[in-house]
Amino acid sequence: MSEHAGVNPDLAGRVYPAGETYTVGRETIREFARAVKATHPAHFDVEAARSLGYRDLLAPPTFAIIIAQRADAQLVQDPAAGIDFSRVVHAEQRFVHHRPIVAGDELVAELHVDQVRAMGGGAMITTRAEISTVDGDKAATTTSSILVRGEGQ
Amino acid sequence: MSIALDTLSVGQEIGSATIEVSRADLVRYAGASGDFNPIHWNGRFADQVGLPGVIAHGMFTMGAAVQVVTDWIGDPGAIVDYQTRFTKPVVVEDVDGPGARIEVTGAVGAIDEANGTVRVDLTVTAAGQKVLVKAQAVVRTR
Repeated sequence: MSEHAGVNPDLAGRVYPAGETYTVGRETIREFARAVKATHPAHFDVEAARSLGYRDLLAPPTFAIIIAQRADAQLVQDPAAGIDFSRVVHAEQRFVHHRPIVAGDELVAELHVDQVRAMGGGAMITTRAEISTVDGDKAATTTSSILVRGEGQ
Repeated sequence: MSIALDTLSVGQEIGSATIEVSRADLVRYAGASGDFNPIHWNGRFADQVGLPGVIAHGMFTMGAAVQVVTDWIGDPGAIVDYQTRFTKPVVVEDVDGPGARIEVTGAVGAIDEANGTVRVDLTVTAAGQKVLVKAQAVVRTR
């Protein structure tokens, strides 16, 4: 196995264009909120969300991971990338919110491969999903680092 | 929301919580997030890939830990930046009831008067070990 655990080091700088539109649904927000044990009423009750100034149910702070991981799948499933998903560990994650994500939003994500570096016998891959509305308003930037473990890691 | 920055000091605790995690919680998170990696629900698979057992999604822990910040600020939409590193897995035992407990404490890490933001630093442990490191949430206070 190479020093990059089989991962193609030339991936850095690659951009995967926005794929399918993701429509944010009220029930999806409620289900995600329950799944992370979030209890704020703005995730469940439209009137509570509106009283805080949101147009509709507000997505929890890490909800954008759904959209980011769909974008990441383009890279992970790209045969040219050489990523063995069974050896992937999530190492770092960041969300920067440019505006709240609310039910009814139609979002797309453009995926950037920012960095690929050897780490031990494995490879650390940093990707960035630029999430925006279909009208082009920036919604969130998510940054994710995954470690593809090499032999013995 | 309307937290007066001049009432805060760096190091001040903003809240704490214990999150009980069961295998059912991991199944629920898998369904809600779309992350069906078997290491989060299949013990045989977790053993085969050398893990100490079925482990929680890092994103479950990150998503649940931020509740102390939401409870403090009163508006989840005020959290404009949230990041962490995942350092140790949270092993969730196959038992009736909670298979793991995650302890979360939040403290003021930095105050930015010019931008009206506060950085909250989260200490997140399970079984006595830090499972998130550099877990930081920046909240808008106006």
